Amino acid sequence: MIQLLLQLALLFAGLSMLAFGGGAGVIPDIQRAVVDHYHWMTAREFLDTFAISRAMPGPGSLIVVLIGQKAAGLPGAAVSFLAMFAPSCLIVYIVARIWHRAGRSPWRAVVERGLAPVAVGMTFASGLALMRGTESGWLPYTITIASTAAFAFTEINPIALLGAGAAALLLGGG
Amino acid sequence: MTPLCSQPRTGLNGPMGKQESSQPSLASLFMGFLRIGMSSFGGGLTAWVRREVVQRQGWLDDQQFLSGYALSQLVPGATNVNLAVFIGAQLRGPPGAAIAVAGLTALPLVLVLIAGAVYFNTRGMPGGTWLSSALAGMGSVAIGLSLGTGIRLARRNIRRVGPACITAVVALSIGVFGLPLGRVLLVMMPLSLLLAWMTRQR
Repeated sequence: MIQLLLQLALLFAGLSMLAFGGGAGVIPDIQRAVVDHYHWMTAREFLDTFAISRAMPGPGSLIVVLIGQKAAGLPGAAVSFLAMFAPSCLIVYIVARIWHRAGRSPWRAVVERGLAPVAVGMTFASGLALMRGTESGWLPYTITIASTAAFAFTEINPIALLGAGAAALLLGGG
Repeated sequence: MTPLCSQPRTGLNGPMGKQESSQPSLASLFMGFLRIGMSSFGGGLTAWVRREVVQRQGWLDDQQFLSGYALSQLVPGATNVNLAVFIGAQLRGPPGAAIAVAGLTALPLVLVLIAGAVYFNTRGMPGGTWLSSALAGMGSVAIGLSLGTGIRLARRNIRRVGPACITAVVALSIGVFGLPLGRVLLVMMPLSLLLAWMTRQR
């Protein structure tokens, strides 16, 4: 049990400091560790918990709470939560202080422009990795493509679309 | 330690701005972020943070909010949790940062735990296939949410060939070829920063 908690803590603390681009960027790495390496979940369960964490309020990174819960119950959930959020929060705090002192200095603009393409790439990667990691038919793919377009080009409420997606597979016999 | 930004601000912010509340108590900071956490059903969390912090409470002005938002996206971690740290720290120092994060995540955390308990305990039961169909449908939409957000961000932030190539390499190497994030970032991050430095405006 202690060893399990330690594995959770080390995994998420490490990824916490790599989660550039809003947290979704580390989903592929979490998926690989949780499904392929530690076998805490199947690929199906992983996508299900991903969907749950997206349907709930709050940051999507709360998926780590579900993984901890599955792997080691409530202690696992608590350890995963702290490991995922404490390191990045500490970094923000330190960076916020430096940032304030930097004001309008040119290096600040360079860093802003340099990080953007990487963060955007990580956002795409998380979607692509999830598509790759699960068995899918034409219906799920169609739903993914349609909702990609909807989120990219309209101001649609995500909850409404999540509900529609659930209904589509229930009726379509997914 | 002192708050990050202690200089007094002038002027009212927004229609409901309250000058006297620009240095909120820890309790009201917690309640403010608890409200944001509850409102964040269906995404758009950042809009809710701005509404509460700038518009309703007047704790920050728009410019302070936006620079905090940019910074929150730049550093690792969930953007809105980072934003809570930034705002909490700015208003009340380290305790403020901790309180803001606690307020923001308290309710979602409880809800996620309940949802997880329901999910893991109903698998394999008769109703379970229905639930898993519904979740599969939601999963497909959630993937679309990631890709759609990517398109949105790309349209706003990527305007040249160089950065577009970096975005594509990061997306494909991790998302399609399954390379580990750490190694990809180790190469692509310095490359992207170098590119930004070489093309900087003088």
